[in-house]
Amino acid sequence: MADRTPAPDTPELRARWGSFAWTEENRKKADWHIAKYPAGRQKSAVMPLLDLAQRQVGAETDTQGWLPLPVIEYVAAHLDMPVIRVLEVATFYFMYNLRPVGKFHVQVCGTTPCMLRGSDALFETCKKRGMSKGHVSADGLWTLTEVECMGNCATAPMVQINDDNYEDLTPERLDAVLDALAAGQQPKTGTQEPGRHTSEPAGGPTTLKAMVSANHDYRGEW
Amino acid sequence: MPKVTVDGQEIEVPNGATVLQACELAGKEIPRFCYHERLSIAGNCRMCLVEVKPGPPKPQASCALPATEGQEIRTDTPMVKAAREGVMEFLLINHPLDCPICDQGGECDLQDQSVAYGRGGSRYEENKRAVTEKYMGPLIKTVMTRCIHCTRCVRFSEEIAGVDEIGALYRGEDMQITTYLEQAAAHELSANVIDLCPVGALTSRPYAFEARPWELKKTLSIDVSDAVGANIRLDSRGREVMRALPRINDDVNEEWLSDKGRYMVDGLGARRLDKVWIRKSGKLQAASWDEAFKAIAKAKPGASIAAIAGDLVDCETMYAAKALLRAMGSDLLEGRQTGLSYDTGSLAAVNFNSTFAGIETADAILIVGSHVRWEAPLVNVRLRKAVKRGAKVFIVGPEWEPTYPATFLGGDLSVLNKLPKDVTDTFKGAERPALILGGAGLGKGALGACLALADKFKLVRDGWNGFNVLHMAASRMGGLMLGYAQPGGIGDIAKAAPKVVLALGADEVDWSAFTGSLKVYIGHHGDKGAHAADVILPAASFAEKDGTYVNTEGRVQFAEKAVFAPGDAREDWTILRALADALGVTVGFDSFAQLQAAMIAEVPALGEEGLASYGALPKADAKAKAEGEIAGYPIKDFYLTNPIARASAVMQRCSAELVHGEEIAEAAE
Ligand code: SF4
Ligand code: FES
Ligand code: FES
Repeated sequence: MADRTPAPDTPELRARWGSFAWTEENRKKADWHIAKYPAGRQKSAVMPLLDLAQRQVGAETDTQGWLPLPVIEYVAAHLDMPVIRVLEVATFYFMYNLRPVGKFHVQVCGTTPCMLRGSDALFETCKKRGMSKGHVSADGLWTLTEVECMGNCATAPMVQINDDNYEDLTPERLDAVLDALAAGQQPKTGTQEPGRHTSEPAGGPTTLKAMVSANHDYRGEW
Repeated sequence: MPKVTVDGQEIEVPNGATVLQACELAGKEIPRFCYHERLSIAGNCRMCLVEVKPGPPKPQASCALPATEGQEIRTDTPMVKAAREGVMEFLLINHPLDCPICDQGGECDLQDQSVAYGRGGSRYEENKRAVTEKYMGPLIKTVMTRCIHCTRCVRFSEEIAGVDEIGALYRGEDMQITTYLEQAAAHELSANVIDLCPVGALTSRPYAFEARPWELKKTLSIDVSDAVGANIRLDSRGREVMRALPRINDDVNEEWLSDKGRYMVDGLGARRLDKVWIRKSGKLQAASWDEAFKAIAKAKPGASIAAIAGDLVDCETMYAAKALLRAMGSDLLEGRQTGLSYDTGSLAAVNFNSTFAGIETADAILIVGSHVRWEAPLVNVRLRKAVKRGAKVFIVGPEWEPTYPATFLGGDLSVLNKLPKDVTDTFKGAERPALILGGAGLGKGALGACLALADKFKLVRDGWNGFNVLHMAASRMGGLMLGYAQPGGIGDIAKAAPKVVLALGADEVDWSAFTGSLKVYIGHHGDKGAHAADVILPAASFAEKDGTYVNTEGRVQFAEKAVFAPGDAREDWTILRALADALGVTVGFDSFAQLQAAMIAEVPALGEEGLASYGALPKADAKAKAEGEIAGYPIKDFYLTNPIARASAVMQRCSAELVHGEEIAEAAE
């Protein structure tokens, strides 16, 4: 697990982020999120706004983005919320980064199904490229985090990088994905298994075969 | 009114009751950690599990389950026992076994309940979680490894105090309770979380490692730090008051206490007057009682003697001084030290008539010249409740930070003569409109105009009296009942230029108006009054004598003596009794009981605990106008409003850190 404590409140942090404000475009998005809730319930928009702020920080720093304390305070002020309540949300959900991350946040699933399907090798692959858990790599490109099940067990092992999932990985396939990303290309997302589309059974259906092309009433066969 | 059976006993419970409350009504004890009567229901500790039919065949958290018709509740089955043991075992997994070095020991819910409901021993052999300490200010000591995540502290600051500053960060096993960036909890009620915390995670910092609960003598007393009269318990060991804790009284303080009431008690041991002093050629010198009495007698006051009561004195002291003055032929009594001179012809007009419990139900509230949060933090809690129920609050006076939405109407009192339309509309539509007049308003002579408003908005109606004056001195209402008021206030006393002035713990008086008088200070702290005095007679503080206090609602309450006064100090009434002898007059009492009986004979209301009746509001003068600008409130520093608080190191630190924002480096522990 990554370090989930907020980056320390230093004068440098204040100097860098103290004047954080929405870009014109994000202000509109923020208003749009807030407008989804009844008047006076603007607090309900705290999660999308934190995400928006994280993305804006990401755009400004050319990383996945994170939430410096002054930015959290900015969101709190925007929503007229006590800042401790916003910090509670930000520290609860792992999708909010509380420390700076690299351009690509490589989140390798290490939970049992992925582990059985070879996630250990994926960690090795990442480490060979200079990543270490919870740190930004020297070139500023990567942050490695071990995460719990991401709900892609059918296509295990998997890695989530920023907004995309890469599944059915092997060390070679992961290397290819990472190479492409490093080169500024967008690799194919989702499963990396040739011939597989999403999470359908690899090599064709194994159960309910009669249902593949049309509906079929199995009840008589029970 | 649903009927349920609890362990086979059928009872009827009020609508909206929970299963836990139903069990309590049936006389069953349900262990709990997170549930608290005065906080919202969290349902996160699971200690309150019971078996309920109909329902899923598993234990249910009774605190969060509504009681419904026909429910069969069991608290005594093997399933319930196993469930409690299981929850207890899980809670203890990450709880340190440090009871011997924990200040909560002996008054710890976790300790008690694990004895009563837990397993005999532990099966846990893994490592325990550890959490770093969190700084929460000068009053709250934290040992966060002990926290069981009940979130009572979070709910208290959010719901009751209205200052959202404590939160639960992170999740699951990593959850930690903290204030934002470990800032000090900076509100007037912060220390109540210490009482609420069911374990030793939040304990009292000033009282850390001072005593164990079972060594302490417990005395029922009344808080004198403001005019609310919070019911407290003084815990003392030997001659020292170790701590003050709130007692439950739903009519007054519910179960809360302001930080000042709780923590000024260390001031009882500092800067005490424990000797007699006489000013000789400009300098105070130690003397004997005899010399002091002779010096006073030598001034031959005759009828030229006055008494000024301080903010902390009890009714008995004031009555004893009154009796002495009467025997001398004087009635120069005053208690409003700072020069207030509002009309006291009718006490109903200077009383908090709605009562504290009543003000919760008000639906429109106009506050005139009162910084309620500092002048009566516990009343502010009530106002917050009223606002939560939908009341609208308007405030005339400089802005302060209420803990609820309120509209400030500016400091200019003339706004009362012509209130903005939204105020008048709110008040006209209100069923229980209320007005609260504070010290700053009284000081500017707004009483008449406020009474006129009371008339205009019909603040007094069937079963409701919405006219309130909020005082700040514990002695005020008692003093007024005993006639401690001159038409022109303390100015009248100064004008009379008495030969002798008895200052009964009066520390807020401007003594420069009394240069010609022999100033006799009868009090307990070497504060402003003692500095100005010519003769100092050391007396007892509220903790060192029995006494009657009347709070700002006109509620008569009795405080008991917890410890003896230090050194040569005596109980005030004995000093006044001896002074009567020295002055050659008789006051008619020789014992405290006689004194009290005489006082009650004169003011019968003082003999009955509970609300005194002051009759109806006087007829208002419809032409009364308010004018002038309220430039500021009388209290400049919440933590240092009386001599005991000013002598208290804890209060000084609170003032420096929380009011003046000084950084206080934590000494390494
Ligand atoms: S600190 Fe005490 S009151 Fe607060 S959550 Fe922990 S155990 Fe509960
Ligand atoms: S275990 Fe990796 S996605 Fe479920
Ligand atoms: S008291 Fe019911 S869950 Fe805590």
